[in-house]
Amino acid sequence: MTASRGAPLTRRSVRWLDQRTATAPYLRKALRYLFPDHWSFLLGEVALYAFIVLVGTGIYLTFFFVDSTKEVVFHGTYYPALYGQRMSEAYASVVHLSLASRAGLLIRQTHHWAANVFIAAIVLHLFRVFFTGAYRKPRELTYWLGVTMLTLALFEAYLGYSLVDDLMSGMGLVIGYSVGLSLPFVGQNLMNWLFDGMFPGSPKLWPRMYIAHVLIFPILIGLLLGAHLLLVAMRHHTQFRQRRAQTERTIVGVPAWPGQAPRSLGLMVGTAGFLFLLGGLVQINPIWLWGPFHTYSSTNGAQPDWYLGWLIGALRLVPSFDLTIGHYTLVPNPFWGGAAFPLIVFGFLYLWPWLERRFSGDHEFHNLLDRPRDAPVRTAIGVAMVSWVFLVFMAGSADRVNVTFGIAYTSQIWVYRVIVWVLPVLFGFTTWWICRELQAGEVVLRERHTAEAEARLARMQRTES
Amino acid sequence: MRAVLIAAAVALALLFVGTAAAASGTPRDPLAAYGYHLYGEYCLSCHGANAAGRYHEPSSATGAGPGRAQGQQGGIGPSLHGVGALAADFYLRTGYMPLRQIGLQPRREPLVLGEHQIRALVAYVATFGGPPIPTPKPARGSLSQGLSLFSEHCAGCHQVVAQGGYVTGAVPPELTEGTPRQVAEAVRIGPYVMPKFSQRAISDRQLDSIVRYVEFTKSPARPGGWGLGFLGPVPEGLVTWFIAIPLLLALCLMLGSRFRPR
Amino acid sequence: MRRVRTAIVSALVLLVGRRRARSAKPAETRIVPALPPNPAAEVAVLGLLGLSSLSALGFILIYAFGSDLPDVTPLLGATMGLAFLFLAAALVVVGLKLVPTEQIAEYYPPHEHPPDQQVIAELVEESGTRFTRKRLLKLGALGAGGTLGLALLAPAASFGPLFHVGDFLRTPWRRGRRLVDENGRPYKASDIEKNDFYLAFPEGLNDEEKEQMAASLVVIRLDPDQLHLPPNLKGYDAHGILAYSRICTHAGCAITLYRAPLFQPDEPKPALVCPCHYSTFDPASGGTVTFGPAGRDLPLLPVYVDSSGYLRAKGNFDGPVGPSWWGVRMWKAQP
Repeated sequence: MTASRGAPLTRRSVRWLDQRTATAPYLRKALRYLFPDHWSFLLGEVALYAFIVLVGTGIYLTFFFVDSTKEVVFHGTYYPALYGQRMSEAYASVVHLSLASRAGLLIRQTHHWAANVFIAAIVLHLFRVFFTGAYRKPRELTYWLGVTMLTLALFEAYLGYSLVDDLMSGMGLVIGYSVGLSLPFVGQNLMNWLFDGMFPGSPKLWPRMYIAHVLIFPILIGLLLGAHLLLVAMRHHTQFRQRRAQTERTIVGVPAWPGQAPRSLGLMVGTAGFLFLLGGLVQINPIWLWGPFHTYSSTNGAQPDWYLGWLIGALRLVPSFDLTIGHYTLVPNPFWGGAAFPLIVFGFLYLWPWLERRFSGDHEFHNLLDRPRDAPVRTAIGVAMVSWVFLVFMAGSADRVNVTFGIAYTSQIWVYRVIVWVLPVLFGFTTWWICRELQAGEVVLRERHTAEAEARLARMQRTES
Repeated sequence: MRAVLIAAAVALALLFVGTAAAASGTPRDPLAAYGYHLYGEYCLSCHGANAAGRYHEPSSATGAGPGRAQGQQGGIGPSLHGVGALAADFYLRTGYMPLRQIGLQPRREPLVLGEHQIRALVAYVATFGGPPIPTPKPARGSLSQGLSLFSEHCAGCHQVVAQGGYVTGAVPPELTEGTPRQVAEAVRIGPYVMPKFSQRAISDRQLDSIVRYVEFTKSPARPGGWGLGFLGPVPEGLVTWFIAIPLLLALCLMLGSRFRPR
Repeated sequence: MRRVRTAIVSALVLLVGRRRARSAKPAETRIVPALPPNPAAEVAVLGLLGLSSLSALGFILIYAFGSDLPDVTPLLGATMGLAFLFLAAALVVVGLKLVPTEQIAEYYPPHEHPPDQQVIAELVEESGTRFTRKRLLKLGALGAGGTLGLALLAPAASFGPLFHVGDFLRTPWRRGRRLVDENGRPYKASDIEKNDFYLAFPEGLNDEEKEQMAASLVVIRLDPDQLHLPPNLKGYDAHGILAYSRICTHAGCAITLYRAPLFQPDEPKPALVCPCHYSTFDPASGGTVTFGPAGRDLPLLPVYVDSSGYLRAKGNFDGPVGPSWWGVRMWKAQP
């Protein structure tokens, strides 16, 4: 059948595509895929779009970065403070990109802001998924893919800002190395292997970090992301019970085309817009000010990026002890804050769907989401975990609090050591109680509405008769 | 004859007393004399008579210069012998002295003394000997050497861009308010728990570079936009969560639906 | 003002043109419901698209010609960001005001597909009817696969010295080696003054070797009668001069904070502090930890003053340098 002459462009293009790829049936289904339209479902998309910006800006940066720790002398007249200083080629290449190329600083700063926003969006998306029970059967797999992506994103971001080899990130790198060293039995061997020798490692370390950051991790994240989105689509989104028509069997939503597409595209373009705006207007990681890294140098006030702040807090809070058996140092100190703490948190995240199924006895399929108040125990435990992590995170900036507000750092540390255990339990119980009260309040409201409706009905019947 | 000898002895004695005028009594120079008077009003209670220092046990405070640790003795104020105009000028012009409370770290305070009073006190303390007020020349220093030296000697406490920081038991201040003279003085004194860098450790020329670098840190290069206090990841995280995320959340709220109250 | 607005609208209409809303299809056969047009929204979208183009153009111009401007990066970021944001706004208006937002209901896909599951299961089961030693073959396959996997992974062992522990104990310090500053100038004992702290390296190292953790020292001088070194560290100082490893035993940061009280009676005692997690070491007692998370004392290098007054190492550290690992208490630092 030939296309009629004068047929519009759309019809001709779709025909061309379908004839060559046989995808018209799938495209038809995809275009009418239903998206629940609650705003909280867009958080995952924000993370996705931040990832796209990361890849785009990242590719640009790979054309300028030099992944070598070979020492060079800086001769850039555009920044006198570093002139004549010895630094690695890696650091020099980033200083050059930032201060001596046209849009280099914009792209680099956008890249870094995108990383910060990427992880923040994932965390918010994780909160939405956790507190509404979206991870329940049949979506456990989707959820585990997501938690894994969060883990990968943390490593990827840490590698990314460590590649610059400035003073602050170099300090962060040796701390990461020390945490690896502290793993019982295998730590020293593992780190020796990874770094090709004792810190600062061999000249092969930097190319390794670079390849991990620009190839291995992005591919892993990309694959997991694809699988994650595929699973979401195959099983379809969950939904809140906002309308009576939304049930466990029926989904009500906006089709991908034409309703959802401009919104999602708008969100994508808007995310990119905000990131570029930040990338140009708010300075981030001005590495030319920190200077190059040397193992014998350090600065006060060195902090990791926010998403690793919980780890520096943990490292600072653990009291001074190495766990030894005779002469064998079983558990060096950094293990507790740097390895055990995140293992517990991520272990909790991975195990939670199974734990909840086991202790609630609920093995049903769930397509409808809970409001947080509808699952008091889950919400309470979630709040307790979040506050645990958050309090430890706050402890990490106690020194700055001392500088700004005068509260003694040493006292703060002692207070935090107590409250990181006490307050989460308190917050958990309070949350549980609040959820129960809210639920009870709804029952009262419903009863009141029913009683008022009956009274109105009785009044009408009396006036009629 | 005897009278002559006695007179000569008295004259000699007076001469010694006169030349060692700083060691006791009112100095001859009128400015220093006014300083002596002010000393009695503001400093005597902690630094003791004759600026010899005050300790719980009144004994061996005869070492030259302050801070020669007397071991386990308690103390109130160190001896000012040998500290020189350099130290007096620093402590008075920053407001570190008069100290508000013994045992606490001295901090910049609004000055209670006027310019003339400060000069007078400096002149008085100078009569006890010690280094003069330094005259750093930052223009002669090298910015690059300054960063290198500051990084090695100072950044551990004061942060690499001189934004201040923390050391166990003290708060090394940010250096935005430090004039070049004060910075040079502090380096040579080592106030409170700051290390003390003599000319052997940091030459005057190197000090010029450090002072030049400190001046630079008062408005560091910010080609990338708003500098966020040059503190690094902490304010960056705040911007992420309090500016970027709310903007994106607002966009999401605009694009999606919300729960409507029944 | 109205005339201007009319003119602009007319120009846009002429430029872009408006087709008659297509009403060829009867309502019942449409997929997407027909909603009335929204000309105001269209104008808004056009305006936003125009602004986006202008911003993007601005970016190109500034990029090409504006590299000498003082605030190039903020300008580039503002123009690029606005270009995206105006475009986003246009898309939002399209989504909210111009394109129908249908609320459609449909069934979720089935929980499972028993017939297909059945067929798959049968396929697998039936294809194995010729095998009589299934368990043994499975074991064999597992063995072969497992060992092959190990063989494929084995070359990864060469990434680094997986089993070599010795390097962790090696230091560049030998008996008699002089202490030098960053420029190679040797330290005399008289150079080391009280209340100051010094960066020192072994003589003869190049810049790359100086980055070894066991190379750098923090050297201070205390009053000999302030010292109370433990018995095993007696004689490690040279008349009160102490040479500690510069690398914190907690997580490897350089110790660049020295608390040097000016007036000891009122002020905290001397201490070496690490800026990362504030591990605080007491130099007078051999580097013991007085605050912070470090679990191991700071290693001390024994030093002496030679006949010309230069500082030299008397031997090696009293323990391995740097953060702890499983064998850190088993061996002394070796030459």
